[in-house]
Amino acid sequence: MHQRVARDAKPRMLMESLLGALTPLFATLTALLVGAAMLLILGANPLEAYSAMLRGAFGSTNAVADTLVKATPLLFVGVGICIAFRGGVLNIGGEGQLVAGAVAATTVALALPQWPGWAIIPLCLIVGFLAGALWGGIAGALKAYLNVNEILSTIMLNMIAVQGMNFLLRGPLMDPVQIESGSFIPQTARFSTTTDLPRLVPTRLHAGAALAVILAILIYIFLWRTTIGYRIRAVGLNPDASRAAGINVKRYMMLSLVLSGALAGLGGAVQVLGLHHRMFTDGSATGFTGGAGFNGIVAALFGKLHPLGTIPASVLFGALLVGANQMQRAVQVPSSFITALNGLVVVFVVGSDILSRRRARRRESLPSAEVPALDVQPEAEV
Amino acid sequence: MIARLFSLNTIVGIITAGIRLATPYLYATIGETLGQRSGLVNLGVDGIMLMGAYAAFFVTFKTGSLALGLLAAIVVGGLMGLVMAFFSVTLKAEQGITGIGVYLFGLGMSNLLFQKTLGTVETVSGFPAIHIPLLSDIPVLGPIFFRHNLLVYGAFALVPISWFILNKTTLGLKIRAVGDNPEAADSLGVSVTGVRYLTETVGGMLEGIAGASLSIALLNVFQENLTNGMGFIAVALVYFGGWRAVGALAGAILFSTVNALQLWLQVIGILIPPDFAIMMPYVLTIVVLAFTAQRVRAPAALSKPFERGEG
Repeated sequence: MHQRVARDAKPRMLMESLLGALTPLFATLTALLVGAAMLLILGANPLEAYSAMLRGAFGSTNAVADTLVKATPLLFVGVGICIAFRGGVLNIGGEGQLVAGAVAATTVALALPQWPGWAIIPLCLIVGFLAGALWGGIAGALKAYLNVNEILSTIMLNMIAVQGMNFLLRGPLMDPVQIESGSFIPQTARFSTTTDLPRLVPTRLHAGAALAVILAILIYIFLWRTTIGYRIRAVGLNPDASRAAGINVKRYMMLSLVLSGALAGLGGAVQVLGLHHRMFTDGSATGFTGGAGFNGIVAALFGKLHPLGTIPASVLFGALLVGANQMQRAVQVPSSFITALNGLVVVFVVGSDILSRRRARRRESLPSAEVPALDVQPEAEV
Repeated sequence: MIARLFSLNTIVGIITAGIRLATPYLYATIGETLGQRSGLVNLGVDGIMLMGAYAAFFVTFKTGSLALGLLAAIVVGGLMGLVMAFFSVTLKAEQGITGIGVYLFGLGMSNLLFQKTLGTVETVSGFPAIHIPLLSDIPVLGPIFFRHNLLVYGAFALVPISWFILNKTTLGLKIRAVGDNPEAADSLGVSVTGVRYLTETVGGMLEGIAGASLSIALLNVFQENLTNGMGFIAVALVYFGGWRAVGALAGAILFSTVNALQLWLQVIGILIPPDFAIMMPYVLTIVVLAFTAQRVRAPAALSKPFERGEG
């Protein structure tokens, strides 16, 4: 009897994890089906639309490169989100942290045009990393020491970062050419070419994508193979037990927000150095980030809050975004359709999570799925 | 310039504008408070407001009836609340993320519908100001409190109503019980699922009205992303107000008055960059929270799905 259970367990486990990985995929397909119905109502041919989407995302070397370029900021934010959510804090501040990192890197890149690439690029990346860490750290300190809910403070900090960016781009950082010509478009000058991240292949794909993948692997090792990472996860799983075990819960909560923000900030720096080579604003956060601060959260959840799982999840979402642009051009639907579709995908994917959890509960002999206790209250020293 | 800022007329003007601007925040914050007292976090408020604002505007624009417009916002808001409840109560999905999905959906969908059905920015004549006889003639207080439109009065009436419902009725007791200790409520025969569906749907209706208050009572237009993040502020004001109706009122008025003040500063050209002026209310919210958050306690089961037979 005992032996049979043991023999059955392995293929069953494989089956389970396969199903677990496929569930969000099915959810995405369901969302796309609902999107197809919307397209029909809009008078567009869904088949034509979705084939344009597929071509747009994977149809050529350039398309694949664009998909990976779009996936890069999602991966930076998403890996940061893995740390935060594993540590039991809900970081909704990816948008603001991306902006903070990008603004900091921009300032340095513009200030030091003479510096050689081997010096200026790392400096800009470090500065972006630190600015993101600071922006996340403010929310972390507010939560850990003043008991301010982090959902709230990160949302507020998003708004504040955007206004700060607008101020700088309409003022001190504005391209002098814009001022001379009197057009006053809120953007900076193009950075010196020394700051350009190297291209991986002759497309728009830059080294930032590789950096993101390397970081995802490093963060995986950090979270599962180091003491600090273990403590972050312990605090997320059970803050009371962690406190009893002598872990400084407040400090680790703060640390998860700092690291989470730092990765998003680094993502922002990579965006300006690798892709845009300047900074610009349309007045809103999404004008610069393209919503990566929110979509990164979704990618992380898609990847089951695992840094390695977040890699393919980011690529999938990058493909969705790039393909959607192509689809919009092919069948002439307003771009807001994509935003709505994006929302549907998010809701369906989170909603489908119940299926994975049900399966997890059924296999009681196997270790139960790790689900961090989100929205942990820092006080309550019992 | 400083003298102009402190003249009586100016101060009355700023406070009046503050009261007016508090309207959408009040509806949305009280709607979100209802949900959160029963244990549900809804971050999709902004999306629901946008859909409500669009529905109200479109129906009013086509039929000329403000009542039908308002009804449309209530129906659309209620439906979106229902969907939110389905995902967070029945499917037990992570509520914060579901909310972001609902937000993105509302943001995209409202603009998609706007472009397909209207195309350009139109205006409607919204709810007219009602001067309350006698009271509106009182100097200073009259213009501040008694010369607003129906939706503004409604928002302020909602404060005592929701306070009464939450604190003095059996339903309110059930809502609070479900939010603080769903296991106990369940063992006493209260339907946790039913109560949460109810609060989220009614909350959605109120958030729909919040949107309508913008599109057919205060601004009387609809355009892309009309709310510009107001729904997120409303969520913040729930924490700010300590999950109480009166707290929501204080938060909404403080926030909107500071907003009115910064708009005024820009109008008279006091030399602060507009970006910093826009930042003011957000910074202020964080600062005030930093000083007050220690005291208030969130509903114990907030954002935790209920599972019978667990814990």
